[in-house]
Amino acid sequence: METLTRDEVLRLARLARLELTDGEIELFTRQLREILAFAQQVNAVDTSGIVEASPDPATGQATLRDDAVLPSLNRAEVLALAPDADRDSGLFKVPRVFKR
Amino acid sequence: MKARRALDIGRAVANAETTASAVCEATLERLEHETGRFNHFITVAHERARARASAIDSAADRPRPLAGVPIAVKDNICTRGVRTTAASRVLSDHVPLYDATVIERLEAAGAVIVGKTNCDEFAMGSSSEHSAFAAVRNPWDLSRIAGGSSGGSAVAVATRQVPLALGSETGGSVRQPAALCGVVGFKPTYGRISRYGLIAFVSSMDQIGVFGANVRDVAACVGIIAGHDPRDATSALRPVDDYAAATGDDSRGLRIGVPRALLAEGLENGVRDAFDESLNVLRRDGAEIVDVELPHSRYATSTYAIVVMAEASSNLSRFDGVRYGTRATGAMNLEQMYSRTRALFGHEVKRRIMLGTYVLSAGYYDAYYLKAQKVRALIRQDFDRAFERVDVVATPTSPTTAFKLGERLENPVQMYLADAFTASANLAGIPAISVPCGFSSGLPVGLQLTGRAWEEAMLFRAAAAYERLTPWTGQMPAA
Repeated sequence: METLTRDEVLRLARLARLELTDGEIELFTRQLREILAFAQQVNAVDTSGIVEASPDPATGQATLRDDAVLPSLNRAEVLALAPDADRDSGLFKVPRVFKR
Repeated sequence: MKARRALDIGRAVANAETTASAVCEATLERLEHETGRFNHFITVAHERARARASAIDSAADRPRPLAGVPIAVKDNICTRGVRTTAASRVLSDHVPLYDATVIERLEAAGAVIVGKTNCDEFAMGSSSEHSAFAAVRNPWDLSRIAGGSSGGSAVAVATRQVPLALGSETGGSVRQPAALCGVVGFKPTYGRISRYGLIAFVSSMDQIGVFGANVRDVAACVGIIAGHDPRDATSALRPVDDYAAATGDDSRGLRIGVPRALLAEGLENGVRDAFDESLNVLRRDGAEIVDVELPHSRYATSTYAIVVMAEASSNLSRFDGVRYGTRATGAMNLEQMYSRTRALFGHEVKRRIMLGTYVLSAGYYDAYYLKAQKVRALIRQDFDRAFERVDVVATPTSPTTAFKLGERLENPVQMYLADAFTASANLAGIPAISVPCGFSSGLPVGLQLTGRAWEEAMLFRAAAAYERLTPWTGQMPAA
């Protein structure tokens, strides 16, 4: 049964965009192994021929509304919530992505 | 203030025997004095509550049936103009631009939202200790957990500061704290109550649930908030029954299934005794107790863990510091801004995001997520078979009473096992309720009844019948 290495924990943190402290790396390597071993209990169940659960568990007959244009949130209010935005041009701002 | 039922307060205000403002002020005063003892509120919504109460008092026709009824709301349910944090540093100053549908419906019925309750961060936990603010304390014993994730809402009702509170359920987050704090907690069928405005955690299971001091109040509240909402595509078009009316019937002829094999291990003695006695009470009242098999429910917590982590990692990718919420300062580039902002998540959230990323990654998807969804189908099938023979399934809500603060904090697997009897209803998408059924060493125990999809009325009938036969829902922690 596969388990997690420290390098894999680092890789997962990178994929999930989580900066971890050294202490967290040690702690999570141990804890994620324990949780994974626990999760692997599902392997004791014979699921041959079983179709996976449908996304709508209780068949609530989820419905789509008509594709009509409806009012949405006010743009100025939305931009006011952002950590950084250019309200005049209606844009969210983030740190530089490319070097000049 | 004397503890009163929600529907009695609503009637008194509607009939102008008292005012919404008087009820509101008395409630706010208690919250001010007592929040420090239990850490159960993150934000008290003074302004909004007073404005709402005074609007009710000056209305020509006072709304019904909840006129002036103070209600506490878990802090992962959006409230316009009132900070909504999900108990996370990532949203510690977030003030939503809109109300959740459940808030709109409650206010239309006259309710007054008095504050936002503490919980596990993004509803991830079973103890309300994984909060960026403080750990919630159990009013029956301040050294113990209140349960979680909706622990703050459970405490607000247990102390009778409010007669009703909203929580959210993914694997037992309303029922378990209700059991551990000695109140009624209800989780609807998946799709019964709109999730518009509920901060998403596990989209295939999340539902809004209700806490109350008695079954009838909870049933009435559910009747108000249930029903289709065009803003939530997963909300069902099914008609909503008169749940409050269903609480009037007795339990005669009710067929109650008990999964004995599932309960063979891991149950605390005092919990088992209280549970067995609750079955005796129901049997004497004319209910038929039948053995049922739920062979796959023993895998509920491991199946649940996989589904939860996968969906949580996906849902929480939206917290990137760009559009709203907190942004970490000092980042040199976009990548660093994401990683440092997301470093603000607490440990449990980070663990779930990383493992979710793992189980969904190429090469592992079939072994974990797909496998778990197949076991989930079997868990659901077991319930379908059981419900061919019985009307409801009874178990204890939680295998133990409230454990000590800190006891399971560094042991995630032990924490997950707190959901052993609750998670299967979420995996199956079916409704369930926890009602107080006694005490073990001075700590409350809950009886859980689980029902067929869309048959909430049956649960309210059975739970109310049990409640009338026993003194437990009247019990309050010493002030």
